[in-house]
Amino acid sequence: MSVEARERRQPWILLSPALTAIGLLLFVPLAFIVVYSFWLRTASGADQVGFYLDNWNEALTDPFYRDILFSTLRIAAITTAACAVLGYPAAYFIARSDGNKALLLLLLMLPFWISYIIRTMSWINILGVSGAVNWVLLTLGLTSEPVQMLYNEPTVILGLVHFLLPFMVLNVYVALEGIDVSLEDAACSLGSTRWQAFREVTLPLSLPGLAAGGLLCFVLSAGTYITPLILGGPTDAMYANLVFEAIITQLNWPLGSALSLMLLAVLGTLVLIYNHYLGMGQLMKGLG
Amino acid sequence: MDNTKRYERMRERYLNGDLDRRKFLGLIGAAGLAYGLHTPFARQALAATEQVRFDGWGGVVSEAFRKYAFDPYTKKTGIKVVDGTFGGGDEYLSRVKASQAGEYNIAHLSGVFDYARYANLGLNSTLNEANIPNLKYVIPKLTDVFRNVTDGTLSCVPYDYGTTGIAYNRKYISDEEAKKKGAKLLIDAAYKGKIGGWSDWRTRVWYASLQTDQDPNDATDMDAVWEAVRTNRDLLLKYWQSGAELMSLLAEEEIYVTEGWSGRIYALQEQGKDIGYIDPPNGFGWQECLFVIKGSPMEACEELLNFMLAPETSIAVAEGQNYPPALDPTKVDLGDKIPTLPAFDPTGKLDGLTFANPEYWNSHEQAWSKTFGRIQKGY
Repeated sequence: MSVEARERRQPWILLSPALTAIGLLLFVPLAFIVVYSFWLRTASGADQVGFYLDNWNEALTDPFYRDILFSTLRIAAITTAACAVLGYPAAYFIARSDGNKALLLLLLMLPFWISYIIRTMSWINILGVSGAVNWVLLTLGLTSEPVQMLYNEPTVILGLVHFLLPFMVLNVYVALEGIDVSLEDAACSLGSTRWQAFREVTLPLSLPGLAAGGLLCFVLSAGTYITPLILGGPTDAMYANLVFEAIITQLNWPLGSALSLMLLAVLGTLVLIYNHYLGMGQLMKGLG
Repeated sequence: MDNTKRYERMRERYLNGDLDRRKFLGLIGAAGLAYGLHTPFARQALAATEQVRFDGWGGVVSEAFRKYAFDPYTKKTGIKVVDGTFGGGDEYLSRVKASQAGEYNIAHLSGVFDYARYANLGLNSTLNEANIPNLKYVIPKLTDVFRNVTDGTLSCVPYDYGTTGIAYNRKYISDEEAKKKGAKLLIDAAYKGKIGGWSDWRTRVWYASLQTDQDPNDATDMDAVWEAVRTNRDLLLKYWQSGAELMSLLAEEEIYVTEGWSGRIYALQEQGKDIGYIDPPNGFGWQECLFVIKGSPMEACEELLNFMLAPETSIAVAEGQNYPPALDPTKVDLGDKIPTLPAFDPTGKLDGLTFANPEYWNSHEQAWSKTFGRIQKGY
């Protein structure tokens, strides 16, 4: 075998364990889900094997699923925007800080050491009727009775922002770190103000990081079901809750499969659009 | 009879002169050969029954099982009980359906309708009742309903019963008001934003039937029922998902009224919370059973069930979880605490409780769970 041929094969040999794992743990289960989506659930709860389009017909045409999908995308978009607004200044501060960068990054990573569910439930102790905020309000005499703050859409968004903000900060931070600081100084030396230098130089150069963080936040928030379950009110369900309900409550795995593939298709399309314009490289940098 | 006992008896017969030395040694040799052949396979078989998995409702219920049943059982038999929890029967059934045979063994199921669903899916086992002599203490009515589903055989033993009644914070709602309004307290606009509800479609439909003055086991005007479910939804602060969440919402005063599980509410009362509890006329009565899932190590499971049905274990668990045991009070002295628990029936006939008719509920399960799922989300 020639040296060139061996070199061509080498990456594939190195990648083969990872590719095997992805194949077995992602693509094979996905194939099962695709097959399941064409089966039917019978009245007894058992599945009827065959090729039926009923689930797809229901998932695609029923306005109930469409409305909740749009509502989910709206909540994900608001969450992403909130993460961008809150995360960019934090990332900028970390990137431009001297000396204590490692400590700040460590603080940013700290929440990941605690379970996502525990972090979400912590809001009950903060915003609940007997929570910290109400205790302060009552103690200061700012209100005569506890304010009901939990179990609505804003608290769902709050919980999602709490969960996803570090992903945004890390992505923007990586982009900002890659920008030569002297470019801003050069802009200022040519007559621009600090704000103009940021707006005309730094911000455009950091946009790929912002977009990568945005994509991650959007995809993760659109796929969540725990946050609305814990912090949402009666009507604050998201699309993943429908999948959960179809599979767990109604024992309708075929319909649940079709619904989950619908969500995968919508979010996959977004990833493809992102990849077309910005490439996946930036996303990998942020995750790395 | 285990091998040690068998050898001891053989030795005794030899020492008593019933066996001559030659025969005794011959039998020992044969037993040794049999043991040698048997052991490699026996070890494998025993390894499979080194542990039994038990799944229940978590919280005070699981604590009671662990303390009063599993730990003593493990101490006595050496078989470890691995206990898991679930938030609802639907969720658990889904997990069992996705599992390998034998992965899940015993479940603390609620209601005959769940028993029937497992049987319909072919997930039921057949118990050898001869291995469960303590079954004789159980209220016959509780056992009969299960037998009717599985052609006279049993896949479970009844274990306890309780009710899903109305729990309310006495600071805001008086006993008189609760009694007067009954199930309609849950659709009282005066408590908008302070009402809770279990996200279980059966409970929602049951209470909506009561709110529309219909028989919960035979509602005829379903439009009215769904409208009542919608009314309730619009007044709710939250649909709760688990017993722990129910207790937290009530204890923290996030909600003033909800339907609740009798044992959990009793636990809150024991903690000193001023929570009232009533069962409205035709309130939701249910019985729970210990169901053995197909593919489980039957003898080990039957031994555990027999151990758990022993009056001393059953009473201790009942006192711990605050649900009356399935033991017949006319046959077993249940002590002082159990007669004070909500839903307890001293006659053992359970005529005062309305149980869900499994045929009625399971025949509507597919359609109603879906409809409720939509209404729950604002439709």
